[in-house]
Amino acid sequence: MLLESIKMSYENIVRNKLRSFLTMLGIVIGVASIIALITIVQGATNSISDQVTELGANKITVNVMGTPLKQGLNQEDMLNISEEENIKGVSPTISGKTGIIYEGKLMENVTVQGKNDVYFNMDTSLLKTGRPINILDLNSKNQVVIIGSDIIKELYYGVDPIGKDLVINGTSYTVIGTLNPSSGFSMGSNNESVIIPYTTAMRSLGVKDISSLDVFLEDTALADDTVTDLKGVLNPAFNYKDNAYTIFNMGDMIESFESMMSMMSLLLAGIAAISLVVGGIGIMNMMLVSITERTMEIGLRKALGATPKRIQLQFVIESIFLSLVGGLIGLVLGGLIAYTAAALIGIGFSLSIATILLAVGFSGLVGIVFGYMPARKASQLNPIDALRSL
Amino acid sequence: MAEVLNMQNISKSYYMGEEELEVLSKVNLTVNSGEFLSLLGPSGSGKSTMMNIIGCLDMPTSGKYLLSGNDIEDLDETELAFIRNKEIGFVFQSFQLLPRLSALQNVELPLIYAGVSSAERKERSLNMLDRVGLVDKTKNLPTQLSGGQQQRVAIARALVTEPTILLADEPTGALDQKTGAQVMELFEELNHDGRTIIMITHDIGIARHAKRVVNILDGHLSEQEVQ
Ligand SMILES: Nc1ncnc2c1ncn2[C@@H]1O[C@H](COP(=O)(O)OP(=O)(O)OP(=O)(O)O)[C@@H](O)[C@H]1O
Ligand SMILES: [Mg+2]
Repeated sequence: MLLESIKMSYENIVRNKLRSFLTMLGIVIGVASIIALITIVQGATNSISDQVTELGANKITVNVMGTPLKQGLNQEDMLNISEEENIKGVSPTISGKTGIIYEGKLMENVTVQGKNDVYFNMDTSLLKTGRPINILDLNSKNQVVIIGSDIIKELYYGVDPIGKDLVINGTSYTVIGTLNPSSGFSMGSNNESVIIPYTTAMRSLGVKDISSLDVFLEDTALADDTVTDLKGVLNPAFNYKDNAYTIFNMGDMIESFESMMSMMSLLLAGIAAISLVVGGIGIMNMMLVSITERTMEIGLRKALGATPKRIQLQFVIESIFLSLVGGLIGLVLGGLIAYTAAALIGIGFSLSIATILLAVGFSGLVGIVFGYMPARKASQLNPIDALRSL
Repeated sequence: MAEVLNMQNISKSYYMGEEELEVLSKVNLTVNSGEFLSLLGPSGSGKSTMMNIIGCLDMPTSGKYLLSGNDIEDLDETELAFIRNKEIGFVFQSFQLLPRLSALQNVELPLIYAGVSSAERKERSLNMLDRVGLVDKTKNLPTQLSGGQQQRVAIARALVTEPTILLADEPTGALDQKTGAQVMELFEELNHDGRTIIMITHDIGIARHAKRVVNILDGHLSEQEVQ
């Protein structure tokens, strides 16, 4: 019985190809926009949070503004911090800008960063060739340097820089390693930097205090507790003065970013859902027209023994069929739009099962909701009036 | 002979605003299995109203109507649909074939609603088309058939469920005399094979093909004996 109804629906839809297509268009556009929007936003969210995670979700950054009495952190403060719970390591950053020279070639305004061993241990993908900074370098304030990819291009084109010398701020250093080019986020790019032991940096750049500290965590979930612990160390160190430092928790940022993006998806999906409702009204309209046109047919079918339920089922199925076909076309179309857009913007594309089910479910639901009223109307037609209408 | 139809004091009124129009007044009619009855009356006499009530498409205003022992008053819409499917085979003046279905598909329609499997449906419909002499036209659409052929398809459709009563409203009304006579011959044959037929007509020449003629005038019935 269901099969018969589906077959009849199919035949009726094929018979009025153009009209059926125009009716479906609303659903097609609605579903296509839902799929495209959700997929693009999801792709963008994934790409961005991947990049942010790359920067370190397991990391808390302390930036010190200092007080008149105490401008930054010293090595003792660093030691105190690294002794707190849930801390894998602490990596200070000292940075300045200066000119560098190799074989008479000068590069101006290069960022010189002072780092420690922890910095390289936490992210082994940083180093391309050579060796990282080690404890020995730190203790002896060795004149060693690790250089970024742009520096290699500028100064060491065609030569292996390892073991070569580099003059930084008038002092000669030995190149011990090179960095992998970092992509994307300019904020985290080391491409135009040279990295030296922070102890060396403090001496050669004339810096007395550490103004930025990355604290690496064992367990990201406990980040909030660790932030509290850090305050416990830092507050007494700065004599409980306000605004002496800020603590930046990367995990927090990723979380709030992701919740913002999912809000946005919801909002966009809501807007697209409105177009689905408009599509549904289109379907309802077509069903009502179709019922008026087929009044005599409905009357005849009733005279031949079709029950009201049967007539109703027939028209609801027709409506579901219309909106499902529209939904499937919309799914393909939306997928294509999202795929093209993803390729153009350069973000990831993944059509999730949930999104597909959402689209199919939504269009099926539209078919039921907007087909119900016309179908009910058809089922209640009086066979005599219907037959007489011819 | 078993009684298939029994109407007792059936009245039907239409209301137009305050005004009441009684189209059938206290009609009594009994039809037995195997009868060929024609209901003869002029235009506006209430023939189609009778047909609608007999065919369970409409309900009387008052009175008792038993069809194959079922009291129609007790039935809901769904049960009425089953009764129409099982007990009645309709033949209409204007054939009422679905224009986009082939002759065979039109004949199959009532069997779909009877829940008959597709293979059996096809076999029974082909047999019935053979019975009305159209076995070579099964794939034709109604527009590709003559009026007489269309009415034969309609008769095949009416008979395919083996209904208790073949109910025809002006079955020759849209046909020329010769084709009309052929349809009447078919009716006589069917009745000869035992089919109960109720035929509604305003044409006394057509009515004479029936064994029993009942006159209807202004909603009143009167029986007339024919040889
Ligand atoms: N739905 C209705 N509302 C009001 N009056 C109606 C309705 N249907 C029929 N009538 C009236 O009932 C009377 C009988 O109508 P009916 O259709 O039964 O006549 P008939 O004998 O079949 O006529 P014909 O031979 O022209 O088909 C007519 O006067 C008609 O106007
Ligand atoms: Mg009439």
